[in-house]
Amino acid sequence: MSQITPDILASHGIKPDEYTRILEIMGREPNLTELGIFSVMWSEHCSYKSSKKWLKTLPTKADWVICGPGENAGIIDIGDGDAIVFKMESHNHPSFIEPYQGAATGVGGILRDVFTMGARPIANMNALRFGDPSHPKTRHLVAGVVAGIGGYGNCVGVPTVGGETNFHKSYNGNILVNAMTVGLARADNIFYSAAAGIGNPVVYFGSKTGRDGIHGATMASAEFDENSEEKRPTVQVGDPFTEKLLIEACLELMATDSIVAIQDMGAAGLTSSSFEMASKGGLGIEMDLDSVPMREEGMSAYEIMLSESQERMLMILKPGKEDVARAIMDKWELDFAVIGVLTGTGRMVLKRHGEVVADLPIDPLAQASPEYDRPWVQPAKLPVVKLEDVPAVAPIEALKTLLGCPDLASKRWIYQQYDHMVMGDTVQRPGGDAAVVRIHGSDKAVAITTDCTPRYCLADPHEGGRQAVAEAYRNISATGALPMAVTDNLNFGNPEKPEIMGQIVEAIKGMGEACRDLDFPVVSGNVSLYNETQGAAIQPTPAIGAVGLLKDVSKHTTIAFKGAGNSIVLFGETKGWMGASLYLREVCGREEGAPPPVALHRERRKGELVRDLIDQGLVKACHDVSDGGLLVAVTEMALASGIGASLEAPSAIALHGWCFGEDQGRYVLEVGADDLASVLEAAQGRDVGARIIGTTGGHSIDVAGQSATVEDLKAIHEAWMPAYMGAEMSGH
Amino acid sequence: MKAAVIVFPGSNCDRDVAVALEASMRAKPLMVWHRDTELPKVDLVVVPGGFSYGDYLRCGAMAAHSPIMREVKARADAGMRVLGICNGFQILTESGLLPGVLMRNKDLKFICKDVHLRVENDRTDFCRYYRSGDVVRFPIAHAEGNWFVEPKAYREMEDNGQIAFRYATLEGKVDPESNPNGSLGNVAGIYNEKFNVLGLMPHPERLAEDLLGGSDGRLMFDSLVEALS
Repeated sequence: MSQITPDILASHGIKPDEYTRILEIMGREPNLTELGIFSVMWSEHCSYKSSKKWLKTLPTKADWVICGPGENAGIIDIGDGDAIVFKMESHNHPSFIEPYQGAATGVGGILRDVFTMGARPIANMNALRFGDPSHPKTRHLVAGVVAGIGGYGNCVGVPTVGGETNFHKSYNGNILVNAMTVGLARADNIFYSAAAGIGNPVVYFGSKTGRDGIHGATMASAEFDENSEEKRPTVQVGDPFTEKLLIEACLELMATDSIVAIQDMGAAGLTSSSFEMASKGGLGIEMDLDSVPMREEGMSAYEIMLSESQERMLMILKPGKEDVARAIMDKWELDFAVIGVLTGTGRMVLKRHGEVVADLPIDPLAQASPEYDRPWVQPAKLPVVKLEDVPAVAPIEALKTLLGCPDLASKRWIYQQYDHMVMGDTVQRPGGDAAVVRIHGSDKAVAITTDCTPRYCLADPHEGGRQAVAEAYRNISATGALPMAVTDNLNFGNPEKPEIMGQIVEAIKGMGEACRDLDFPVVSGNVSLYNETQGAAIQPTPAIGAVGLLKDVSKHTTIAFKGAGNSIVLFGETKGWMGASLYLREVCGREEGAPPPVALHRERRKGELVRDLIDQGLVKACHDVSDGGLLVAVTEMALASGIGASLEAPSAIALHGWCFGEDQGRYVLEVGADDLASVLEAAQGRDVGARIIGTTGGHSIDVAGQSATVEDLKAIHEAWMPAYMGAEMSGH
Repeated sequence: MKAAVIVFPGSNCDRDVAVALEASMRAKPLMVWHRDTELPKVDLVVVPGGFSYGDYLRCGAMAAHSPIMREVKARADAGMRVLGICNGFQILTESGLLPGVLMRNKDLKFICKDVHLRVENDRTDFCRYYRSGDVVRFPIAHAEGNWFVEPKAYREMEDNGQIAFRYATLEGKVDPESNPNGSLGNVAGIYNEKFNVLGLMPHPERLAEDLLGGSDGRLMFDSLVEALS
């Protein structure tokens, strides 16, 4: 009688046609351990089976790219022998079920992806999306996720320097927790995961293996239903203290020339790490599971292979280096065990209690995982919302509404719970366009940002994909840094639905266009699909994490106005684009219309101009114009400094369109009187539209005869989040 | 001046304080591993911030019983200067080198931001470059900085001048609004009776360089170098 019933297949998320392939590959019926291994290796989370075809179209190369997608993280060259290693990854499903541990282990996982490659993590970022603030679960999820990110990042001693947080009802049943880590390595001491050297020892180190997190990768590849809460046992538990020891132990060992290959145990734990290492090296592995350090007794081969216990690593050592490695792990009080050996068979042979319990071919599992060309439909284009059809609200009144709305309100409540200064190199703290972190002991720095505007992506995934990349480019440029490369975290609904697949395809196409035109290659990424609950999908959210380089950190620019009597200069055209704007949503209560288009050729020219002017010391402050439009951007510059601004609106455009339109490709610059002519001349020379829109000074924002004090606006901007979260403290 | 920084498993401000010390000392401090039983001959020991032993059991409790802390205590009793910052302050109270306890912040959350401190006593080796009544800006980053001691002991400490810093407004007013964590009397840092041991929750090493937003903290390290050289 067959051991593998349809129920067992269903509970492992294996489709009937996939099982047919499994039978072909095995030439026999798999046992339960083998089936479990197939199920996690072929889960969407590990195999990218729905998105692979389209991900291949993204540009991934440039002269400064050392390592593109396919390894644990992407790597770029920043000169002087320094390399930046970075990636963003989702932990959406676990964070919804158990927010503290879900978010904490998300941070732990992405840190390991980066230090596995030989880099010391120097900064964390996060992009968070929560449901409607009025949804009964939202407050609890915000509190748990923020505490989890802080609890983990603060303890490991890596600064959490920025991120973004949005709220929308489409995330009510599927929040997004996307965590990014940036690390610093020496370009000549990078570690990869391809196993090599038949006979070399396969070594396990870090924490012990327990029964937690079994089938986490499978859970992360399914939609939620009303029983999702029952999946809590599949969420792992993190221990940041062990992670900190693991970082120090790894970096110490990496300095000793002992490691052939190394990989962290992330999703699908020992299974995916061992299969990936063997597959990349074209080798086999024989493992004795009795040697795996275990937290509990009586664990089966199935449980050992599928456990997602945290803070564990797998490596291949050079011959004779076991004692060196063991001594370092002893110093840091971490478990260490030789659990197997590399073979030339191309097969994974697992033993437990002296018997072979699984014998699988490696390549068909790791590389020949299914790749689907899923059917998709072109998303319908939405009509352009005409400015004259949008009601005009007095600018200061609308400004107050926008500054206090959940998406734009200050996120101080969040980032004050993150240690953003540890390591002593945080030059720009959270709250600006991008974080700026100095390369330790040098005059260089990296600028880091995460960006995505999901409401644009829903309205037009193609334009939304372009815009997410372009906004990241602008945020980096506004600090004076040269945009270098991006990591993407693609969060979507169920790809088996053609309209969702259409969103995925078009967003990737749009991102690819922008990355190509802006010389901004994708070097790493992660895909999170099935973000749906009872059939309702999230807004498509292709989050972009980006890194730029400042060769001279002393030249970096912030968004804060620096003094009174300076000119406020706007780069870029303002036509008053209202479709899919925050003004339309927050002030008029309408979510409709096509999003603003991005002109990529002008984008690049403007970015170069802004960076050159900053480099020449002609710019006192700089901020890109994004959510909420021009008046919000200028006000944010005032809030960051306490210095007011007086604006003169042009008469050629309706006032609300000028103040709140979300036309793309714009920057606001503060320029001193002595430099004004040079700046305007440079703009004209590069064919960039520039206009003086006002003057800094005073203690208020003045526009069209209306006024509000910076103090009052700051109070509104700062009030929403503590008030909202404060209701939690009083028990409501 | 010779200085050493103690490194526990989970310490994470050890490098930061070493960088700040080096800038003032023009020499690198020694880094001393927690399992070492012998402390080199130094004028100053810094117990740095972080999460020693993962904050398990209670912040600082396990580090306080490590072999190296026995040595630090013996030397401190003999007059060596000891500076404990953040988790280092927690370790010093747990090991009995400083009075009082550090409890969970009043709003129960980790908090990371710049705060203003009023200097309460400038007649020490740590603060000779400040003036009593000066307001300085240091960052805090902690979840357990809510210092408490019995009222009688507190009065004695005040009378002795053992209060080093209090959380205050920019103008130097010590009021409830400027207290970030619920600490008794807005206390941010304290001395022992002999003024050779200072523990404080704020991080002077994090604002010891203008590029990072300020350099008020640098004066503490400059003071120590001047006093101990």
